[in-house]
Amino acid sequence: MNVLAEVTGHIGAIGYGLATLGPGIGVGLIFGQGVQAIARQPEAYGLIRQNMLLGFVLTEALALIGLVAPFIYG
Amino acid sequence: MTLLTLPAADRFEAPGPSIFDFPPLFEGAPYWLTKPVVSAILGALIVCALAWSAFAKPQLVPRGMQNIGEKGYEFVRDQVAKPFLGKDTDRFMPLLLSVFFLILLWNLFGVIPLIQFPVASHIAFPAVFALTIYVVKIYLGIKHQGLIGYFRNMMFPPGLPKPIYILLAPIELLSNMIIAPFTHAVRLFANMFAGHLILAFFSLVGFWFLFEKLTPLGAPVGVIGVVMTIAMTGLEIFIQFLQAFLFTLLAAMYIGSSLHPDH
Repeated sequence: MNVLAEVTGHIGAIGYGLATLGPGIGVGLIFGQGVQAIARQPEAYGLIRQNMLLGFVLTEALALIGLVAPFIYG
Repeated sequence: MTLLTLPAADRFEAPGPSIFDFPPLFEGAPYWLTKPVVSAILGALIVCALAWSAFAKPQLVPRGMQNIGEKGYEFVRDQVAKPFLGKDTDRFMPLLLSVFFLILLWNLFGVIPLIQFPVASHIAFPAVFALTIYVVKIYLGIKHQGLIGYFRNMMFPPGLPKPIYILLAPIELLSNMIIAPFTHAVRLFANMFAGHLILAFFSLVGFWFLFEKLTPLGAPVGVIGVVMTIAMTGLEIFIQFLQAFLFTLLAAMYIGSSLHPDH
């Protein structure tokens, strides 16, 4: 079968680049809305910060798995 | 006449995953006695020594090391344990305190001169921590909610329309049983792995272009490399602290979710 199109080279780097799109937007949303929430209700800062960090760490994990995956496969 | 740039034969080689491979410490040592293992043991001993010096003879009015130790204890108790564990905080403080300070010290080894290896960048170390927390979570969950009750509370949280459960139950099971411990370990590992690679890359750029192969065009690149190394080290210290804190936070959250199922 003839190859119509092909991508060669460092696929891992492209894979990681794609993996940062979603978590980048996600982390931006988390902290943006967290800052807004603090602005609306400054006395709830502790509660908001705790939830912000929790959401951040869960979202960041996906980007980091994308970073590590190319190293696993080659 | 000095060359402005380098001939194509001398190329800068970026550091790769091979910088994480370590040979045994000295000739004739067993194959497992490498620098990461020694750093891990050293970290554990230092944490024990610090805890001992702070709390061996506790006074009512704290002085010196006990002051610092109490500040650390209060930090973990109020920021990490209390929000998730509530009244069971005191029961799990030993576990969470040890986990937090050990991982923090292991991470900080990545920027301390002469050691300069974040122990958590070998997957085994965070994997064992995550596995321990996982076993504790399941044991406590089954003890407090019963075997059937634990999985029923996890997969079928009350108060949802019936058809949703068909979709929700497998996702919840997979997420809590498989993905949670995996990401718990990989998060810490990947952060330390990436951080170490970044520091190695920029310091190698600085060293190569300023000392190994000094050329007039390459020297500014070397200076940029040194400046970036300093900046990245600062960022790395922040990330190391944050990752230790978040690892412990998630451990407390998992244990808390086993003790009191979703309210």
